[in-house]
Amino acid sequence: MSTAAPQSSLDATTQGEPWLEMYRRMTTIRLFEERVNELYRGAKMPGLAHLYIGEEAVAVGVCFALRRDDYITSTHRGHGHCLAKGADAGRMFAELLGKEDGYCRGKGGSMHIADHANGNLGANAIVGGSTGIATGAAFTAKRRGSGQVAVCFFGEGALGQGLLYEVMNLAAIWALPVVYVCENNLYSEYTHYTETTAGDILDRPRAYGIHALEADGQDVRAVHAATAELVERGRRGEGPGFLLCNTYRYHGHHVGDVDRSYYRSGDEEDLWRSERDPIARLAAWLTEQGLADEESLRALEGLAREDVERGLRFGLDAPFPDPAAVTDDVFA
Amino acid sequence: MAQAVNEALAEELRRDDRVFVVGEDVAEAGTPFKVLSGLVEEFGPERVLDSPISEAGITGLAVGAAMTGMRPVVDIMFGDFLTLVMDQLVNQAAKAHYMSGGMLKVPLVLRTTLGATRRSGAQHSQSLQAWVAHVPGLKVVLPSTPYDAKGLLKAAIRDDNPVVFIEDKMDFRVKGEVPADEYTLPLGAADVKRGGEDVTLVATSSMVRVCLEAADRLEARGISAEVVDPRTLAPLDEETLVRSVEKTGRAVVVDEGHRRYGVTAELASVIAERAFYHLDAPVRRLGAMDVPVPFSPPLEDETVPTVEAVERAAAELCGRA
Repeated sequence: MSTAAPQSSLDATTQGEPWLEMYRRMTTIRLFEERVNELYRGAKMPGLAHLYIGEEAVAVGVCFALRRDDYITSTHRGHGHCLAKGADAGRMFAELLGKEDGYCRGKGGSMHIADHANGNLGANAIVGGSTGIATGAAFTAKRRGSGQVAVCFFGEGALGQGLLYEVMNLAAIWALPVVYVCENNLYSEYTHYTETTAGDILDRPRAYGIHALEADGQDVRAVHAATAELVERGRRGEGPGFLLCNTYRYHGHHVGDVDRSYYRSGDEEDLWRSERDPIARLAAWLTEQGLADEESLRALEGLAREDVERGLRFGLDAPFPDPAAVTDDVFA
Repeated sequence: MAQAVNEALAEELRRDDRVFVVGEDVAEAGTPFKVLSGLVEEFGPERVLDSPISEAGITGLAVGAAMTGMRPVVDIMFGDFLTLVMDQLVNQAAKAHYMSGGMLKVPLVLRTTLGATRRSGAQHSQSLQAWVAHVPGLKVVLPSTPYDAKGLLKAAIRDDNPVVFIEDKMDFRVKGEVPADEYTLPLGAADVKRGGEDVTLVATSSMVRVCLEAADRLEARGISAEVVDPRTLAPLDEETLVRSVEKTGRAVVVDEGHRRYGVTAELASVIAERAFYHLDAPVRRLGAMDVPVPFSPPLEDETVPTVEAVERAAAELCGRA
């Protein structure tokens, strides 16, 4: 089994056991996002954010099937992807708060975090906007024969964007090592995807001859296994893959979307939270397998909480950029 | 001109393994303008790639390839098709470096064309340089001679930023001297194409030849016109423009894009803001008429600035109408 190589204080504690590390990472994402929500509600954060809570198994299952030097591109709902690929919570909080120590020195914000050292080519606020970038990164990998793959995360809303189909065609004809990961959280903003999506989603990549799989996005093991298969195909030169992950966002489209009754029911939200929670499901499986017990899971959660709290303090304490920096980095 | 562009690409493909060319019919066909003929034979289909008719797709792919260390040159056959790549160019390529706080770089060249009077109709004749010159993070190059085209294209490929390189498709057969030895030209340096004392003609791309011819006619009437070619709209060499107008006291600005909100408006305002007290007359602007480019030759010819129009405007400024 291949796993990401995130530098983590937990590696020793878990003796390399990847499922426990995935549990910790999913918990980190959830706690991080809860803090983001509080920052917004407390008017401490400029602008908005799109929370990933409920979808943690997708980012973690995918990224733990990648090498550190594999590429990802992310979306407006991207905090989970960044953390799963190894980003530091402190520099992420700093970026969300517009601080100088943020990943983008405060110039990007929630929707534009990039982390080149970990292969993250950036979140993107244009729906489907990064599909070309991921495909281009795969082009580079193929030209160099580096064995790297690129993963392109996008929501099902991006299925409405033409660029996706242009680049899937390019990836197929040039056999590029890219995996398109469609996170179907059922809602494109405030509209159920069935109102906007004709036919069967998987028929679309398959029309280009792209190997396409579907996974339960609330089951990190299923996501990981499917990703690993597609990634290995890519590394072997067998071309692009497509992974459809069925998932759900617990919160609104963004942090300010609190009154959601006009587009989905509270019962539906409760069902996903109570019966399909990806963290609870992984915890149950770990316990069942004897890989963890209540105490060890609590310890992992404690470590995740420490990371997030330390990161939050770092972000809050970080200085704002000097206004003179506004003209820096327009050109390289 | 076509040969100069071809040589620039061949030399950079030879020099730097990271460079590749992608576009519709760029390989065996060498583009419909035959500008790229022979490249695929030397560099192979891995580095000179025929693509589907997917302008946005290949531009997006090029952005990602550039971010990860390649140096793509994207061929967008007609400037009118810039509309199809705008998100990838404007929201992705132009902003990635800034949005990432300087972390990501996009060393990408997008070659395309401008120019009317080829009888190609409204969707193959526009000069949209103002659209891209408006966007922070993009460099915009408009060569007017084979010498400039070669030196500027080589510099554009070596630049670490996205560069939109716009060639006048009516100029591909224009002849001009190009040195045998290798050279590059800096982006952001205007060139005085002809010295003069009485009036400055600021001209871009296709309009440089128009203005040089107008200058000849003006000379016959005893008016000495200086022709200044900015060569790059972004970065813009304001100093050379301002210095020329400080000397002559009069300026006519000519660009083939639409006049309204166009390149001429920006250049005229630079002159007005920085050389106001040297001006003996208001700055004049000549651009394409604010109509879609019509097909019928007598209609199309009405829409673009002509030698006669430039001569008339300059003579009027000099009180010699």
